[in-house]
Amino acid sequence: MDTYDVAVIGAGVSGAAIARRLSRYRLGVALLERCVDVSFGVSKANSGIIHAGFHHAPSSLKAKLEIQGNRAFDQLQAELGFPFRRAGIVVAAFSVEEMKVVDRLYTQGVENGAPDIQIVGRERLLALEPALSRDVVGGLFAPSGGIIEPYRFVFALAESAVANGVRLLTSWEATRAERRDGAWRIVSSTGQELAARWVVNAAGLQADQVSAMFGAEAFTILPRKGEEFILDKGSAGPPSRVIFPVPARTSKGVLVIPTVEGTVMLGPTADEGDDKEDTTTTPENLERVFGLASQMVPRISKRDIITAFAGLRPTLPGDDFLIELSRKAPAFVQVAGIQSPGLTASPAIAERVKELLMAGGLELAEKPDWTPGIPHVQRTRDHAAWEVDRLVAADPAYGHLVCRCEGVSEAEVVEAIRKGHTTLDGIKYYTRAGMGRCQGGFCSYRIMQLISRETGLSLERITKHGPGSEVVRSRIGSRV
Amino acid sequence: MIARSVDALVVGGGSAGLAAALRLREAGASVAVVEREPFLGGILLQCIHSGFGLHEFGEDLTGPEYAERFIRPALRAGIEFYLDATVTEIGEEPGEGAAGRTVIALSRSLGVVRFTTRAVVLAMGCRERNRGNVAIAGTRPAGVFTAGLAQRLVNIEGCVPGRSAVIIGSGDIGLIMARRLTLVGCEVRAVVEIQSYPSGNTRNIVQCLNDYSIPLHLGHVVTRIEGRDRVEAVRVAPLSTEGEAMTGREFRIPCDTVLLSVGLIPENELSRGAGVPINEGTGGPWVDADYMTGARGIFACGNVLHVHDLVDFVTEEARLCAGRAAAFLAGAPVEAMLPVSAGANVRSVVPNSCAPSRETVFTLRSLVVKNDARLIVRVGGQEVRAKRLAHVQPSEMIRFVLEPGAVPQALPGMPSSRAAPTVSSMEVSLQ
Repeated sequence: MDTYDVAVIGAGVSGAAIARRLSRYRLGVALLERCVDVSFGVSKANSGIIHAGFHHAPSSLKAKLEIQGNRAFDQLQAELGFPFRRAGIVVAAFSVEEMKVVDRLYTQGVENGAPDIQIVGRERLLALEPALSRDVVGGLFAPSGGIIEPYRFVFALAESAVANGVRLLTSWEATRAERRDGAWRIVSSTGQELAARWVVNAAGLQADQVSAMFGAEAFTILPRKGEEFILDKGSAGPPSRVIFPVPARTSKGVLVIPTVEGTVMLGPTADEGDDKEDTTTTPENLERVFGLASQMVPRISKRDIITAFAGLRPTLPGDDFLIELSRKAPAFVQVAGIQSPGLTASPAIAERVKELLMAGGLELAEKPDWTPGIPHVQRTRDHAAWEVDRLVAADPAYGHLVCRCEGVSEAEVVEAIRKGHTTLDGIKYYTRAGMGRCQGGFCSYRIMQLISRETGLSLERITKHGPGSEVVRSRIGSRV
Repeated sequence: MIARSVDALVVGGGSAGLAAALRLREAGASVAVVEREPFLGGILLQCIHSGFGLHEFGEDLTGPEYAERFIRPALRAGIEFYLDATVTEIGEEPGEGAAGRTVIALSRSLGVVRFTTRAVVLAMGCRERNRGNVAIAGTRPAGVFTAGLAQRLVNIEGCVPGRSAVIIGSGDIGLIMARRLTLVGCEVRAVVEIQSYPSGNTRNIVQCLNDYSIPLHLGHVVTRIEGRDRVEAVRVAPLSTEGEAMTGREFRIPCDTVLLSVGLIPENELSRGAGVPINEGTGGPWVDADYMTGARGIFACGNVLHVHDLVDFVTEEARLCAGRAAAFLAGAPVEAMLPVSAGANVRSVVPNSCAPSRETVFTLRSLVVKNDARLIVRVGGQEVRAKRLAHVQPSEMIRFVLEPGAVPQALPGMPSSRAAPTVSSMEVSLQ
């Protein structure tokens, strides 16, 4: 049985960031994920915003970690090479009453330390974001806000962690745990076992079950569903900033987000529920989201919708993050209730977990050979024609476009497969192949062929997102 | 980077591109065809059913057979083919007074190829509308395919998508796939169509659904797809006369596969990038009587221009288009053209202008279902031609030939060249 110093449960953005942070030290670290790939849980439905630090009260842990996390992204991008841009955030107010809320957000932002945050009048707001409705009266501008490809960020964190010695175990769902001889013994759903001196619970929607499994604090994670709608890179073009309405009580409201890859995202909704698997989208919310979004940006059109999806935010009562050493279970760190601004805060969450582990007595000795960077993903579409020739000379597969809508080459898909992303969804999140306007209509079979060629899997064993989601049932002529 | 110079470059080696390239070659032009797939023939190659060629050849051919009729002569015609190559950009040739176009293509074997050409023929075809485009609610499990993707998986890759299927939409590919799935052992439990009439043609309703006792639910909508990892069922409800789903009468059809046949969209992202204006009625480029788009030297034909019902008419249109492109290359004088617009009960008309001295083949889409309809051509409000049509419906393309001289040459306000301002115009309506 393998014994680790730390086992991190959950390879979403928190778990991956924590694992990477811990990879700097002479520690044996295991990153456990119940799904077949990283970023397949809560993180896959992230809106991809780097928040600017004005939405949360200064007393909250969220506000503190959001600001700290935001600052880390320039360096992280330089090291890990994920798509990220500080496009800036605007909050659009449509009445004098809404401007009062903007005043409060501004004060809160200043108190939190949000850099360069400012109240802007109508004229300046429209100049900052020409896509806004002329009905706007003024608002807030936070230049440090940004947009990011969320899955690529999680993949890059996990990749960096693994490159520095972390053991990533996917399809590894912890189902039982007991404390024996100063270490946790953890058993998976398939009967595999490992031991870890410390455990970090970054299990997202399952954090309450995992906490109970280890005899730690009793709490309930409630899923709050958010539906999002993606618009094609339309003729009107995306807005240039992330556009927020004046926020509602339980969420930041329905936003218009120019994604870092050029599409537009509308949403999310915020519906409380109790089903942790309810990721259905509904016609009612489509109408609602479009109604709210088009008040802010009139030029958006339902004709440009290419897909819809829903994600679940893991929420705790009080709506703050819970990041602390368990008072009930030994050597157990809680990282629960990580919803918005969880991705923004993730570098700071990782830092805090490191501090907690140290405070709890884990010895942290820096590795002299820790490497912060990973080879950046080369993408045909990022290069001008003459540069593409150089890529093709090195590997002809860069000249073969597999996904026409997003301009993804065979080389990029093969790279994803060789790094272990062998499902259609995994490849989609890693490369964007299948994420564009045809939604895989033209590239799915090509990607299936590439998975088959690279892994030896027969076509009928290829899945969308893991066992049970096989794309096709059988081959013509085979007996089933 | 490889540089090539040709008289004409055809984007797409499917039915439209092949017919256009052959016609241009006949006229003596040097021609290059860039095709994304490693084979010529386009979508025809996966259409292994018959029903192609009745107009063009007076024969009942399969898709690959129909394609073969063009591939063979094309391979002998001295056309340059670039297969497994994707056009990424159409631009203007730089420099003062330069009249040409540049086309950038990318392939595994050649890297970047930069073409300089005087005429570009857009023949990229169309793509299928997908689940997001029609906003079908529910979960996002495996087992949801567009009909064309399923056709590819069955007919080329040899896969059986599932054990039981529901097909959303009654477009022709969906109907063809209903039969095809049945034949490979996947039980088709229903075809669900939101309109009160089928979108596909009558022959396919009879031969693909009725012959196999597959139920067709007209005026019904799929309200939800269920299933976490793989599709488990769809929920279906009838529509009220106001077009609302009657949830009280909703029923559930268990199935592990859903096919979508909910329409096609001309694929014009490349055209837009080249500055080609798009006609909202068709989703394809606006074209004049020469099939030239709003961008000089760029022509369009086939499903990239507007979605056709029959490949035979794609071939006809591609030839007409390429004939005009050849005349353009030869420096033929530009004739006076009347702008043409869709009038009452007409969704779209192609082409969008008419040269009165020549024959014009118009294709129309109706907005109404109607027996004993009258197609009326008016110029400046004045009726110049009319034709009786036994039956019109949105799913069947109307083809209408306006003979030379049908429009008096000397109507008031008639422009004298392509560039001249227009006072008069032509309108095509159905009544």
